[in-house]
Amino acid sequence: MLEKAIYGGRRYWVWVCFLLSLIGVGFLAYLYQFQNGLGVTGMSRDVSWGLYIGQFTFLVGVAASGVMVVLPYYLHDYKKFARLTILGEFLAIAAVIMCMLFIFVDLGQPLRVLNVILHPTPNSVMFYDMLVLSGYLFLNLLIGWTVLGAERKEVAPPKWVKPLIILSIAWAPSIHTVTAFLYAGIPGRHFWLTAILAARFLASAFAGGPALLIILAMIVRKYTKFDPGKEAIQTLGKIVTYCMLINVFFLGLELFTAFYSQIPGHMHAFQYLYAGLHGHSQLVPIMWLSSILAVIAIALLVFPQIRKNESLLAVACAATFFSLWIDKGFGLVIGGFVPNPFEKITEYWPTLPEALITLAVWAIGFLVLTILYKIAVSVKEDVVFDKYGERQIKAE
Amino acid sequence: MSMNRREFIKIAGLSSILGIGGVTGVTALKNSVEASQVSKNPEALTAKRWAMVVDMSKFASEEDFQPCIDACHRVHNVPHVTDNPKHEVKWMWPETYEHAFPGNEDEYRAEKYQHMPFLMLCNHCENPPCVRVCPTQATFKRKSDGIVMMDMHRCIGCRFCMAGCPYGARSFNYKNPRPFIDESKENPEFPTRMKGVVEKCTLCYERLAKGLEPACVEAAKEVAVKKGTTPGLIFGDLEDPASEVRKILSERFTIRRKPELGTSPSVYYII
Amino acid sequence: MYNGGKILLGLIIFISLVTAPFWLSGKQATAKPDPKIDTPEILKLPESDRQCVESKAYMKKEHMKMLNEWRDWVVRDGVTVYTSTTGKQYTMSLQNTCMKCHSNKKNFCDECHNYAAVSPYCWTCHLEPKEKGL
Repeated sequence: MLEKAIYGGRRYWVWVCFLLSLIGVGFLAYLYQFQNGLGVTGMSRDVSWGLYIGQFTFLVGVAASGVMVVLPYYLHDYKKFARLTILGEFLAIAAVIMCMLFIFVDLGQPLRVLNVILHPTPNSVMFYDMLVLSGYLFLNLLIGWTVLGAERKEVAPPKWVKPLIILSIAWAPSIHTVTAFLYAGIPGRHFWLTAILAARFLASAFAGGPALLIILAMIVRKYTKFDPGKEAIQTLGKIVTYCMLINVFFLGLELFTAFYSQIPGHMHAFQYLYAGLHGHSQLVPIMWLSSILAVIAIALLVFPQIRKNESLLAVACAATFFSLWIDKGFGLVIGGFVPNPFEKITEYWPTLPEALITLAVWAIGFLVLTILYKIAVSVKEDVVFDKYGERQIKAE
Repeated sequence: MSMNRREFIKIAGLSSILGIGGVTGVTALKNSVEASQVSKNPEALTAKRWAMVVDMSKFASEEDFQPCIDACHRVHNVPHVTDNPKHEVKWMWPETYEHAFPGNEDEYRAEKYQHMPFLMLCNHCENPPCVRVCPTQATFKRKSDGIVMMDMHRCIGCRFCMAGCPYGARSFNYKNPRPFIDESKENPEFPTRMKGVVEKCTLCYERLAKGLEPACVEAAKEVAVKKGTTPGLIFGDLEDPASEVRKILSERFTIRRKPELGTSPSVYYII
Repeated sequence: MYNGGKILLGLIIFISLVTAPFWLSGKQATAKPDPKIDTPEILKLPESDRQCVESKAYMKKEHMKMLNEWRDWVVRDGVTVYTSTTGKQYTMSLQNTCMKCHSNKKNFCDECHNYAAVSPYCWTCHLEPKEKGL
């Protein structure tokens, strides 16, 4: 099926070359980082994780969110999602690859990365994170590829995929739960030391991931003959709405506990992020931007009339995605490190090489996604979609 | 017995994987040094659980604590990163009360306590979170004497331990540390570190193995001799009821940093 | 032959690329390594003591493994003394035992490592002996 990725129109190749050039620039930036050490980033002794780990955390959510289309389709027989599942699974693959790359570029000694396998350490959450992420990648590759391959040959997928699909449904929340445990089990970092962190992660993931999937589905529909289905998009919109509300509710729970209890350690990170602390307020503008985007998204999403307008839905989804990207891809990590264990404040802002490397990893993710979607769409375009009872545009 | 080509390739492939894997496995397991060939230096200082008491009455000014810091940093070739405070590397350093014991501030506490230079170092916790989170056992707790060690050879530089340590005891080499070590003062008997690994106080494991006390403790003794007092750093076995450390703990009021986290630090402070 | 010229040109480029390392390396690569063990520290020892911790053949073959294991014993187990098969005892330390005799890293370690194109990263952390006149 891979051969389908090398036949494409002009627009396809321009897009691929654009991504490749971003990857090229980022690769040079990575060589610079590799040569000089992580000192070329904005990280410090006090804020020892930054943009990379933030992106990793955010993208684990995107990867896990594939389950939001797979679960209704396979467990509840929700046929409307039939055409969307492959997009969800392939998005998960691209997201997990980005996660792994973000961990890799964050390592001080990347050549020793296999030490994690050479000296397996079951008391470290990182060990489980490696296991669940690679497992999830494997499951999605296998399932997506097999189901799509069967579809191309116009036969039913082999029976052994079904149990694997059920397993992948159970697996998805685990990757984000384990990622939350990276943070939630650390003593002395009040911002992360909260029992609902994993729940918050899942809520934000199931809002942000499907929001991205809606946008991707719209793009696919616009530029190809494959239509994932209007109703499928609307149902996903509902999922985004509920999960975004739950996410904001969870954030409210955190704020209540911190500010009603008035325990300084619990308030500090929130104060730093949303108001500034002791004159340090570098992150305040972007955290408020995140909040405003969240309000806009919810305002557009909660009213079914507005949500049914697809262009407004797209705006709402973009707002959701960027709001959560700032909140989780940045605020969550930095907030945990400020103030430091001495209650002093060191601020963090990414540097140019760091931004270029981050951009390149995203570009790699999008390249993988583009290729996978190209294959999926080509297969789908070739196949007449009447077996789900709803006729697709016929292939010429 | 007959088999088709497909089956043959399957079996051949599987057996070569097993063969290569098996050989590698066996070679990896075979050690060239036998356990019977190695032994502890009989002169080494040993304890069940090393601990340190910092007597703050002896640390009034910079001239009291700086020799300890200098001794530590010189003996371990700790880089003196001056160009960017974000990349600072330190094993031992002073903090004022409000920063050393956050959450215990009191605006009416006597000035002299507010500005006391508390010496900070790795607490060598009994229950260290850094060890719990390390994915490669590059940082680990020595069973023999409770030292929280760093194996710089194994560290992958993920910095999980820095997030895990509630005491800010760990430094990361954001760049090559060599240019920041004064070559004329370097200790030729101890390595430096390389970029991309985490480092911290190791309670002078290399000196203990030779029968020497930690460098900071030795420096504190020299300061005490000069001033005609008793040393401000007391080092000993926490599990030995007859040790000097235990004697002090049973007589004086001491505090530890963030005991509420359940890490059980091995560094005590007398105020 | 269709496109004969292009095929030949391609072949020439391919072959010259593949053989480039041989053309570009000159004679250096063929020079046999000759690690020197005539440092002043070794020469100072009486003839009978001029013996490494284990036999030359063993060290040649196993030194990398041995160093790895020494490292683990010292750093991870706090065990520092090695008893050689001859019964003599040594402190297990690259910097303070090995390099005290083999103070000529360039003519000892690098000689073979360069030949074998291996670059162990010992010296990014461990301090090399200060070699005079180099």
